[in-house]
Amino acid sequence: MNLLGIIDEIEKVDPDFQDRISPRRAAIKNITSFGSKVAVAALPFALGSLMKKAYGQTATPSVNDVLNYALKLEYLEAAFYNAGVASNITFSATEKSYLVTIQGHENAHVAFLKSVLGSAAVAQNTQGANGTYDFTAGGAFNDVLTNADTFFAVAQAFEDTGVRAYKGQAGFLVGNQTVLTAALDIHSVEARHASAIRQIRRARGASGTKPWVVGANDTGIAAVNNNYAGEDNVLQGGVTITSLNGVNGNISAAAATGAFDEPLTSAQVVALVAPFGVK
Amino acid sequence: MKTETQFENADANMARRSFLRYAGAGVAAVGLLSAASCSKDKNNPHTTNGLDIGATGDLAILNYAYALEQLEAAFYINVAAHMYSGASSEEIALLTDIRDHEVAHREFFKTALSTNAIKALTPNFSSIDFSDRAKVLAAAKAFEDTGVSAYNGAGYLLKSAEYLLLAGKIVSVEARHASYIRNLISPNSFADSTVIDSNGMDKPQSIAQVLTIANGFLTTKVSATNYGYKAY
Repeated sequence: MNLLGIIDEIEKVDPDFQDRISPRRAAIKNITSFGSKVAVAALPFALGSLMKKAYGQTATPSVNDVLNYALKLEYLEAAFYNAGVASNITFSATEKSYLVTIQGHENAHVAFLKSVLGSAAVAQNTQGANGTYDFTAGGAFNDVLTNADTFFAVAQAFEDTGVRAYKGQAGFLVGNQTVLTAALDIHSVEARHASAIRQIRRARGASGTKPWVVGANDTGIAAVNNNYAGEDNVLQGGVTITSLNGVNGNISAAAATGAFDEPLTSAQVVALVAPFGVK
Repeated sequence: MKTETQFENADANMARRSFLRYAGAGVAAVGLLSAASCSKDKNNPHTTNGLDIGATGDLAILNYAYALEQLEAAFYINVAAHMYSGASSEEIALLTDIRDHEVAHREFFKTALSTNAIKALTPNFSSIDFSDRAKVLAAAKAFEDTGVSAYNGAGYLLKSAEYLLLAGKIVSVEARHASYIRNLISPNSFADSTVIDSNGMDKPQSIAQVLTIANGFLTTKVSATNYGYKAY
């Protein structure tokens, strides 16, 4: 691994990179000059850590901040499925059963987060206009509550984004066994939902949609491009997954991106759900 | 660093180059790890057919994940290589995708852990009839659900936010797999009460619970002595 070469490459696209990592740059040079095998072996993770320090979030939210952020997203999801199940959209029996299952979970997540937050919980009636969301997102999905395909498209975006949102917060909960484990336990359920909605969409004819996220926006819906920004990443912990050996040749970009879901920062997610009325 | 095992033979052309790049540096570190775990229990026969994830810390948890990913990858390699009859082209394509994901996870951990990685495990799938669709899917469901519960249950043991994020990137994919496999077996079982509690949350499992299950499919028994679990 030519670490200094990588840094030079980064500097070509980000002239401020040295400032971002300084004085870590000097530290890296020292590591490489040691010639220490152990240090070199540890580098894939170490490099990733450095990149996080250079580009990661700086402000650290409190545990309640994280939980209220999650609660706002769960309010939205619960309201969305409540509206969908109550709508006049014609769903198949199987589709309806999936939606009722997910609806139950999202409402349970709301109840759970409210119970954990107690009086610190943000109220739903502070969201949307008088607590009412705009599931059309300002007209981008005008027939969301009358057209099953549109409904599932928005559902998929919500679920995939929800997975990304929880994932982006886990790092703020390191060391908090109770809250971190709860967040992880919700995170994976959102992923089960996301997969299930994707299975429905695939069965309905969205043949390019798999239960997992392949590449960047694989939904076929340009309006949700930003919900999938960065999902085409193939660099994990300093390891380029597509340079690893797979079953037949190198691991493909499709497998590399499908195998790892990417996080979103709270700022990214807030921007994504704002058109739906989340404040 | 001899790694001639059934597992390696199942995909013999895989993953040697990246490993060997660091193999020279690996001898000392892995030797130390083995010595350390041996000294804690001189009767532990792990040197012949078992191993321990090592001293308490992030590397042990990452090796725990690596062990599970090895098992999953080996399972799906077997599934794809001996596809049961009656599989739809859809099933074959998506099960092959899952295989490739698990191989990516395995190879990622192997490369990232480099000299700190546990050795290649030898699986034992003699209890699984790979020609029987129902049995294969039942096993797949068990592997995926166990994987999800393992990551969820061990996440809090990670001290590094970066490692936690990497685990998070993987566990949601395992959950996507579980959801697909479960619905293949029975529609709308993607998140049923066998794995989800009344709060709509996945039920996590401890290292001991997970390794007890995993060791049922391993010739190389995996222990986590420092986390309160011995395979012997």
